[in-house]
Amino acid sequence: VRTNQLVNSAHLLALSQQEELEDLPKDYPLSPSEDEGDIDGERKHQKLLEAISSLDGKNRWKLAERSEASLKVSEFNVTSEGSGEKLVLSDLLGPVKTSSSLATVKKQLNRVKSKKTVELPLNKEEVERIHREVAFNKTSQALSKWDPIILKNRQAEQLVFPLKKEQSAFAPIEHVLSGWKARTPLEQEVFNLLHKNKQPVTDPLLTPVEKASLKAMSLEEAKMRRAELQRARALQSYYEARARREKKIKSKKYHKVLKKGKARKALREFEKLQKANPTAALEELEKIEKARMMERMSLKHQNSGKWAKSKAIMAKYDLEARQAMQEQLARNKELTQKLQVASDSEEEEEGAEEEGELVPDAVNEIQMDANGPNPWMLRNHLRGTGEAKVRDPEKLPEPVAHEASESEEEERPGAEEEILLNEFEERRSLRKKSTLNQDTEPVSRQEPKDSSSKEVLSELRALSQKLNRENQQCGKQNMSSTRTVPAVQREEPAEVEEEPLLLQRPERAHTVEELEELGKEECFQNKEVPKPMGEGQQSERNPNNQPGTPKEKKRKEEMIDLQNLLTTKSPSVKSLAVPTTVEELEDEEERDQKRMIKEAFAGDDVIRDFLKEKREAVEASKPKDVDLTLPGWGEWGGMGLKPSSPTSPSCILPGPPRKDKNLPNVIINEKRNVHAAAHQVRVLPYPFTHHQQFERTIQTPIGSTWNTQRAFQKLTTPKVVTKPGHIIKPIKAEDVGYRSSSRSDLSVVQRNPKQLSIRHKKQLKKNSVD
Amino acid sequence: MKVKMLSRNPDNYVRETKLDLQRVPRNYDPTLHPFEVPREYIRALNATKLERVFAKPFLASLDGHRDGVNCLAKHPKSLATVLSGACDGEVRIWNLTKRKCIRTVQAHEGFVRGICTRFCGTSFFTVGDDKTVKQWKMDGPGYGEEEEPLHTILGKTVYTGIDHHWKEAVFVTCGQQVDIWDEQRTSPICSMTWGFDSISSVKFNPIETFLLGSCASDRNIVLYDMRQATPLKKVILDMRTNTICWNPMEAFIFTAANEDYNLYTFDMRALDTPVMVHMDHVSAVLDVDYSPTGKEFVSASFDKSIRIFPVDKSRSREVYHTKRMQHVICVKWTSDSKYIMCGSDEMNIRLWKANASEKLGVLTSREKAAKDYNQKLKEKFQHHPHIKRIARHRHLPKSIYSQIQEQRIMKEARRRKEVNRLKHSKPGSVSIVSEKKKHIVAVVK
Repeated sequence: VRTNQLVNSAHLLALSQQEELEDLPKDYPLSPSEDEGDIDGERKHQKLLEAISSLDGKNRWKLAERSEASLKVSEFNVTSEGSGEKLVLSDLLGPVKTSSSLATVKKQLNRVKSKKTVELPLNKEEVERIHREVAFNKTSQALSKWDPIILKNRQAEQLVFPLKKEQSAFAPIEHVLSGWKARTPLEQEVFNLLHKNKQPVTDPLLTPVEKASLKAMSLEEAKMRRAELQRARALQSYYEARARREKKIKSKKYHKVLKKGKARKALREFEKLQKANPTAALEELEKIEKARMMERMSLKHQNSGKWAKSKAIMAKYDLEARQAMQEQLARNKELTQKLQVASDSEEEEEGAEEEGELVPDAVNEIQMDANGPNPWMLRNHLRGTGEAKVRDPEKLPEPVAHEASESEEEERPGAEEEILLNEFEERRSLRKKSTLNQDTEPVSRQEPKDSSSKEVLSELRALSQKLNRENQQCGKQNMSSTRTVPAVQREEPAEVEEEPLLLQRPERAHTVEELEELGKEECFQNKEVPKPMGEGQQSERNPNNQPGTPKEKKRKEEMIDLQNLLTTKSPSVKSLAVPTTVEELEDEEERDQKRMIKEAFAGDDVIRDFLKEKREAVEASKPKDVDLTLPGWGEWGGMGLKPSSPTSPSCILPGPPRKDKNLPNVIINEKRNVHAAAHQVRVLPYPFTHHQQFERTIQTPIGSTWNTQRAFQKLTTPKVVTKPGHIIKPIKAEDVGYRSSSRSDLSVVQRNPKQLSIRHKKQLKKNSVD
Repeated sequence: MKVKMLSRNPDNYVRETKLDLQRVPRNYDPTLHPFEVPREYIRALNATKLERVFAKPFLASLDGHRDGVNCLAKHPKSLATVLSGACDGEVRIWNLTKRKCIRTVQAHEGFVRGICTRFCGTSFFTVGDDKTVKQWKMDGPGYGEEEEPLHTILGKTVYTGIDHHWKEAVFVTCGQQVDIWDEQRTSPICSMTWGFDSISSVKFNPIETFLLGSCASDRNIVLYDMRQATPLKKVILDMRTNTICWNPMEAFIFTAANEDYNLYTFDMRALDTPVMVHMDHVSAVLDVDYSPTGKEFVSASFDKSIRIFPVDKSRSREVYHTKRMQHVICVKWTSDSKYIMCGSDEMNIRLWKANASEKLGVLTSREKAAKDYNQKLKEKFQHHPHIKRIARHRHLPKSIYSQIQEQRIMKEARRRKEVNRLKHSKPGSVSIVSEKKKHIVAVVK
């Protein structure tokens, strides 16, 4: 198509040139001097004809002829040859007829005859306008590629600037310094000094000596040494850590084992030493001797220490403790034993006797007990076991221990206080019985109590929840009711009447208090909205908000009234009732407590209170029926006519029904709460289309108190993040994945800007045709 | 003897590395944390109050010029460097971290009308009242060297503004016509004109770099295409536009600072209706500059204040003023989007925080979390009357305050009159023109 167009245009150009040629005769009159030579005879003949024809006296001026050259040529005297008739193509073609060689030319000319003439070119302004329009369309088309990106960026949850991460390039110091020269005298002086002393000027800033010292140790060597050092240090730290850990171990068994191991090791070494080096062994021997002396002096291992005493107490029942004591004694013996081998049987026996004496009586007793029945301990022991049999196998371990400690206490006084002991035992058995009873009974008793109290609690909770909900609801209703009005208002022409973002005033708020004041002011402004209400009316209508004093008085009366106290049986009190099978003393205590609780909650009949409250609320909020009667109106008057009753039903308008009419457990406060309203949003803010949306956004908490850490972070991501100290560059086509134009912006301008490109011309033509 | 102990699974409390956070077990049962809305409301209230308490935006004043500061330019590579041109022809280069002038150049006789830096940051261009364009090196002259420009171009007419291309060695000046210059040549490679009035400012589009926008004193804004060497479209407003600024993140959006106290944000593809009309100033707006994030812009006004507008809001978010600050002639938002600079009549350049109550310096992660949380709370409860009022409160000098009141009354009167006219005329004969359309006189193709 394009080539076709091109051909066409070329053709058109050619045509226009031809036509210009054709037009020439009629546009520009040929000068006579030009003609003279060529067609002189013909002209003369023509003139003669004209002269004859003009004899009638009309076109006389045409006859004027310039016979001599002159500068002054009157425009009226200019003649055009054959002006009367137009030169037509056929005239030209006439003579051609005969020669057949010109047939093609004739054809072409014939074709030309059928074409129309080209219109005048547009004026400059028009052309420029078209240029601009074309360019604008092109540019805006090019720009529209940014639409999706801009939309995406505007809607993005988070934008992090700079958009493209730039890697910071570190220039090595040599590069920085190479371009720098000393210019000022001071600098030059400094550099001279440096040069004189063979100090380095550029990096690395090291003197030759320093360099040499650096080179003294090869890199590998240094690395090895460093590794070694590191390993040593690591080992040391491991060792330290281990020692510390071992030191911290509290297990006695572990330490015992450790000590034994050490002792055994020492012994083995000693034996070895004896064989290998007798002198050294002697020294060791001396050491052992010294230890013996120390032991004999201190009697450390003779069951006299604190530990030993405590063990002695336990020894009766604990086999391990007993063993430990015996071990200690054995150690004592070992230590105090003379190393000279003196195998006297007598002495051994004496030692054994000593041992027996050294061990406390209690231990012996239990030993005997273990061997055979001890007459003193027999009764106790038997009873304990008997009782243990009665009890559940589960509860066994604990009471036994308990009993053991008790029995221990009792055994302390000794045999003389036998009578006392018996008394104790009796008492103890009694106590045990009572505890057993308690164990069995309370389990069954607690359950009903719990359930009943739970019921009451749940009731109370439900009530309070309902109350809460009701408050919220009434708040919402208020909001919705207020919302409808502004919605209507908004339709008014104040479309652009956007509220200023800033509240500008000539006073400055300096402190938090002043800011608070600001808030309060707003609050007062809000208060203007609700209708002013009479004081009395308010108090009458609002029993909830103002806990009236009479009510409190009534409560006090109730407190005092004994009759009431006795008759009221609130469920909470009931729940505390306990069967009377319990022992008297405890029973009395419980009764006391019950009485106290009764007194404390004497007036608290919650349900009745609530019902009463609701009744009052209903009464208070009941819309006063509007009496529209006007006496005498709408009736016939006159003699003998009675006026109709003033309260006819048609004259009274009933108010709307209460919302909690069918909800017995609920009071819905339908009044607007002024104090809450000051904090409430009155108009649905812009992006929200429904109040529920807005409420939902407000009700979902974003703090970390209510959300997990991850959710909290997600909820609080800022919309725009900028890094301090980073230059944010304008967005680039390459950054967002578009190919930026490879052509430089200059390329077109640098060619002749006045000359139009072929494409422009084409567009121009197309536009002009349109 | 068996000892019963509490036993815990170490996986639940032992950290894998010591850099991990200690796990703090929390119970998120909502019944344990009641009253979430009131609690958050109070938190939001406190956050808002604290924001106002800590709102201290003024950072520094750079003084040294001996005449009013007429133009400012940012360094493209260094955040700390700022260039300023004064009405006595002096250009100063400032170091913001030291808050000191590091170089002074007597660039022109008469005003320095415009200043711009090359995109690589090695040199800058100035135009002045002495009909010259001069190119200067960014680094000062060496020891013993004269302070002189790299190139000087002597023009026939006064140049009133200059801007440099964002990628190539091309710059554009304006005056009688818009001239595009190659840095290497002494004559413009292309001159574009449309109409006969003098052009006050010209700006390159930072994204589609072949686009230009200019504003002339015959109240119009003209867009040019450098590649096609032709103007594109012209929009005529009610009053003169002083300067325009392109959005650095949105290729076809620009904002015009107008004499009629308003700013107009246009989509260049649809010039017949501005995207947004920003109003709050009470006198002519002299300069405007976008935040590099493209979300906000700052405007300087003849009413001795600067204001920050969100792009999509018609009212300002913030207003800055000081007692000593006179008519603010030029304003710039720094490239890290943290600070704002403004040059004013009384010879000072002032440095402000872009976010008045922002804490400067490095924040710990906990501080950052708290900041984000508070920000979100403020956003969440921003419509609640108490919070809204506190957040909106700004102190203003009496002159501005009274002017605002006055203009509010005037506007209300005008609106009332319009409504009345509508009410008392034949239905359909009078139509209400929206605020956006009201200020556009014509769009010329």
